[in-house]
Amino acid sequence: MGKFLLRRLATNVILIALAASLAYMLAATTMNPRGAYEGRQPPVAEEVIDATLDAYNLNDKTPVFERYLTWAGGVVTGDFGKTWNGGSVNEEMGRRIMVSLRLLLIGTLLGFALGVAVGAYSAVRQYRFSDRAIGVSSFVVMAVPVFLLATLLAIATYNLNRGLGFTLIEYTGEYNPRLSGWDQFLNRLNHLILPTISLTLGSIAFYSRIQRNMMLDVLNQDFVRTAMAKGLRRRTALFKHALRTALIPSATYFAFAFGTMLTGAIFTEKIFSWHGMGAWLVDAINQNDVNSVAAVSLFTAVCVLFAAFLSDLLVASLDPRVRVS
Amino acid sequence: MRSKVVLGRLLHNRQARYGGIALILLIALAYIGPYLGAYDWTDKDFLAFLSPPDADHWWGTTSIGQDMYAVTLRGMQKSIVIGLLVALFATGLAALVGAFAGYFGGWVDKVLMWGVDLLLVLPSFLIIAIISPRLRGASWLWFVVLLAAFAWMITSRVVRSMTLSLREREYVQAALYMGIPRWKIILRHIVPNLSSLLIIDATLNVSGAVIGEAALSFFGFGIQPPDVSLGTLIAEGARNATGYPWLFAFPAGLLVLLVLAINLIGDGLRDALDPGSNS
Repeated sequence: MGKFLLRRLATNVILIALAASLAYMLAATTMNPRGAYEGRQPPVAEEVIDATLDAYNLNDKTPVFERYLTWAGGVVTGDFGKTWNGGSVNEEMGRRIMVSLRLLLIGTLLGFALGVAVGAYSAVRQYRFSDRAIGVSSFVVMAVPVFLLATLLAIATYNLNRGLGFTLIEYTGEYNPRLSGWDQFLNRLNHLILPTISLTLGSIAFYSRIQRNMMLDVLNQDFVRTAMAKGLRRRTALFKHALRTALIPSATYFAFAFGTMLTGAIFTEKIFSWHGMGAWLVDAINQNDVNSVAAVSLFTAVCVLFAAFLSDLLVASLDPRVRVS
Repeated sequence: MRSKVVLGRLLHNRQARYGGIALILLIALAYIGPYLGAYDWTDKDFLAFLSPPDADHWWGTTSIGQDMYAVTLRGMQKSIVIGLLVALFATGLAALVGAFAGYFGGWVDKVLMWGVDLLLVLPSFLIIAIISPRLRGASWLWFVVLLAAFAWMITSRVVRSMTLSLREREYVQAALYMGIPRWKIILRHIVPNLSSLLIIDATLNVSGAVIGEAALSFFGFGIQPPDVSLGTLIAEGARNATGYPWLFAFPAGLLVLLVLAINLIGDGLRDALDPGSNS
């Protein structure tokens, strides 16, 4: 077991290194950080630009392989280099991870919990009106891409606020820096409402579909009948025996979603102006910020592999067949 | 005949029926609709900038006087074509790579699955976002290739594991002993046996690609002007959606309807082709 895990860890490290290197090469060869300095008014002397770019390891006059080695040498020691205007990528990353975490943790957990609950309820009420209503609405929700949903929510809130004459629900940014203490906390929660809705609706629809199908599968199986036959109440049998087994596939997806959570909310972050990891990716591309792009890619790769590991672990802990073998 | 049975099941499935009717209507709207309107999508009406929907411009006009009806339908054509092509490429690639890896095993399998893992780890959004603005002026087909290149990996893993069991079947063994070349066995005996999976996957890939194109275009990383797609129109409309809702509502509504119709068909197909399956 230990040997297997070690080998897997080694493959993953190689995969991450390869993915990050490819992303760096792609970004370094196609992006043009010089452009941000060349177009300035008053014009900056070329030597000054060169010196600045050299200091940030972004100079396109240096051969790309040399730049790559400098970058890779830094990454190995935990230094991701400089952003296009000289800031530290490490600091930026640390700050943005926290922003994403504050934005996404609640939404991700809530989406899973509600989705499983709705799906299980729908399965227990199979073919009744509530089951059909849930089915139809989850289909509709899944057909609405998240950037559309977020935009619609923002427009609706804008109109609502304008109709009321004051700002009931905030629709942009993370918090109001002028407030402090308790007021600021409430303000932060207010800012969370819309992005959280836009994140959770989709996952509720997604998980409820999976959970309903799995639950229906399990409900007809012998061990649930046995559980009821031995005198358990229906509720106990459903919760302790059926739901737990039926949770495995959704849990796998959830583990994966949880692991990749931090980089997954590009649209929500951009549309509601939260400066998290997802928004960073878009900003970095637009700003020709080579080192930031490489850092986000590396971070994403780590997240994906971590997520895969997490979902294996979760399945093992939920599924007795896997656990025993 | 199996195809008849499947078709019968599909027509009996209410979801698939509604989805199919909706899709036919949408495709008809996209390809026949432009002939009914008074304006071409390249026309500019300099007397009507940002005019709301009326009898002349059915869906209103844009800020440069384009007829929204004509432009939106043109965008929908592009979105539909992109969806279909991406699905075709992605599912085809998934089938070939998965079947070859599963059938040959050994180092072929190792190399191919390594490639799959690597592509899964690479942030696809980032790579498409970096490359596609540089395709401005090049054919939009490159964009299709890019989208497809990141949409096939998970299916190819499923195909591979199914091929592992198909490989041991008698008729595959028999074909091998008859001296049929291996690549022919894969194409003739293995891939057709996976057709249910592949058809379902291709259908869902269509809606995935339509959404993917729209999502990338939302940030300007997708279809490049002067071409339009539903995604570029939505991105454009979202900026002014509060003041000029018709710029946003029509492309967004059509996108949702299109995706919904395809998903309904996909779900119905799954029930028809694979009655035992769940999910």
